[in-house]
Amino acid sequence: MDALTDTYMTDTTQEKPADMIMTARNVDVFYGKKQAINNVSLDIPKGSITALIGPSGCGKSTFLRCLNRMNDRIDICKVSGDIRYAGQDIYAPKVDPVALRARIGMVFQKPNPFPKSIFENVAYGPKIHGLATSKSDMADRVETALKQAGLFDEVSDRLDEPGTSLSGGQQQRLCIARAIAVQPDVILMDEPCSALDPIATAVVEELMDSMRDDYTIAIVTHSMQQAARISQKTAFFHLGELIEYGDTTQIFTNPKETRTQSYISGRIG
Amino acid sequence: MNTDHIVTSFDTDLNTIESLVLEMGGLVEQQLLTCTKALKLGDRDLAKEVIRSDSKINALEAEVNRMSIEVLALRQPVAADLRTVVMTLKIANHLERIGDYIKNMARRTNTITKADAFIGSMSTLARMSDRVQGMINAALDAYNRRDPDAAETVRGDDEDVDQMHNGLFRELLTYMMEDTRNISGCMHLLFIAKNIERMGDHAVEIAGETVYLVTGDWPTDKRPKGDRTSRMIFTPEELGDSD
Repeated sequence: MDALTDTYMTDTTQEKPADMIMTARNVDVFYGKKQAINNVSLDIPKGSITALIGPSGCGKSTFLRCLNRMNDRIDICKVSGDIRYAGQDIYAPKVDPVALRARIGMVFQKPNPFPKSIFENVAYGPKIHGLATSKSDMADRVETALKQAGLFDEVSDRLDEPGTSLSGGQQQRLCIARAIAVQPDVILMDEPCSALDPIATAVVEELMDSMRDDYTIAIVTHSMQQAARISQKTAFFHLGELIEYGDTTQIFTNPKETRTQSYISGRIG
Repeated sequence: MNTDHIVTSFDTDLNTIESLVLEMGGLVEQQLLTCTKALKLGDRDLAKEVIRSDSKINALEAEVNRMSIEVLALRQPVAADLRTVVMTLKIANHLERIGDYIKNMARRTNTITKADAFIGSMSTLARMSDRVQGMINAALDAYNRRDPDAAETVRGDDEDVDQMHNGLFRELLTYMMEDTRNISGCMHLLFIAKNIERMGDHAVEIAGETVYLVTGDWPTDKRPKGDRTSRMIFTPEELGDSD
């Protein structure tokens, strides 16, 4: 982390708030003239799962993508405000988005393994970031990542088979293994279980819970039950605004905002 | 807030459960009224009717339980809906317990003879019963109207019931000390008084749960508690002094 920030990130003197690994202040996002996110401020606590919920088009995925600059890839997308990772401005000119994404990884809605072997899928990140010191070190890294993703026992005898040969749930866990192979601090997940059946979903949820000791997770989910099951913090977005953010227990038992209450109890879509 | 769910059958389920609880409440109030009348008149047939009718309350509670579990499993309610279902379950349980106390009161009404029915105690018991019936009614009304202020008022009303219970405890103790032949009847009347006092406590619980249901926060201020019978010991001299 230190080496990375020295190299790629602007050094700032501003201290990060205690145990908040990411902070966002007054974030606005425009797609051309259309404003997708309006003045959102949100802190993501270290070692926890933060769920972003809200109706389709509310800006939750857009906000998630701001957290590792995935929106950079969209020409008409303009992000303003202050987003910090470990106290450092991730939109500062010196920050290399590729290096940033190694610290803040991402798992997408549809499992998207590369058309390569299971081993190569996981080895890809460490390889491009030059993390492995030797062949055996690379093998160790792949094995560790697959174990952390709860997939190793299922694939240990067929690491050279294509990643796409796995089931949907296994493919998603392979993508999680790929994300954690570079040992990030934060993993962003955009609807990671929406293409999975309930059993595969439960396995991924259990995996996410077990990952909390080592990683901070921010997840966008359409399933409020999933948010309630797995997260410690929940943020409710509506029409590009952050309506309410709090402990998941509080949001689901006693939300303070009427719009949150209406949405989570199925009164507005 | 828009009060209707997008899925209208969810509203139907919640409304049905709530109506069942209110029906239970109406039945409980009626039972208490009838039982008090039976006690005052020494009417054993009326008391037997009260005992028989308790099964209706139990059946309604079973239906509330069944429907609430179904809603929890199938609708997975959250926030105010969750509080509504869970608190309604608890309120139904309180009403069922109140029903049991009334049934016990009816049984004792059948046991004691008219000679045991001390006039002064009877009128205090009837006043206690009226007061508690009013508390049950007010608590359920607050629940029905989702009115936390009205519920708070009920929580304060219990002190009067406790005071009457304290007085009755002392009074019946006097009768027992005066003549040991009074003991059997007085003991039953004391248990009836205790039953009514407990009913008041359940009404207070219903009120507190209504506050939580509406606001999401439990009442924090401690309500005045006036039942001091557990700490009362009197000598015959002390009781004689009070006359």
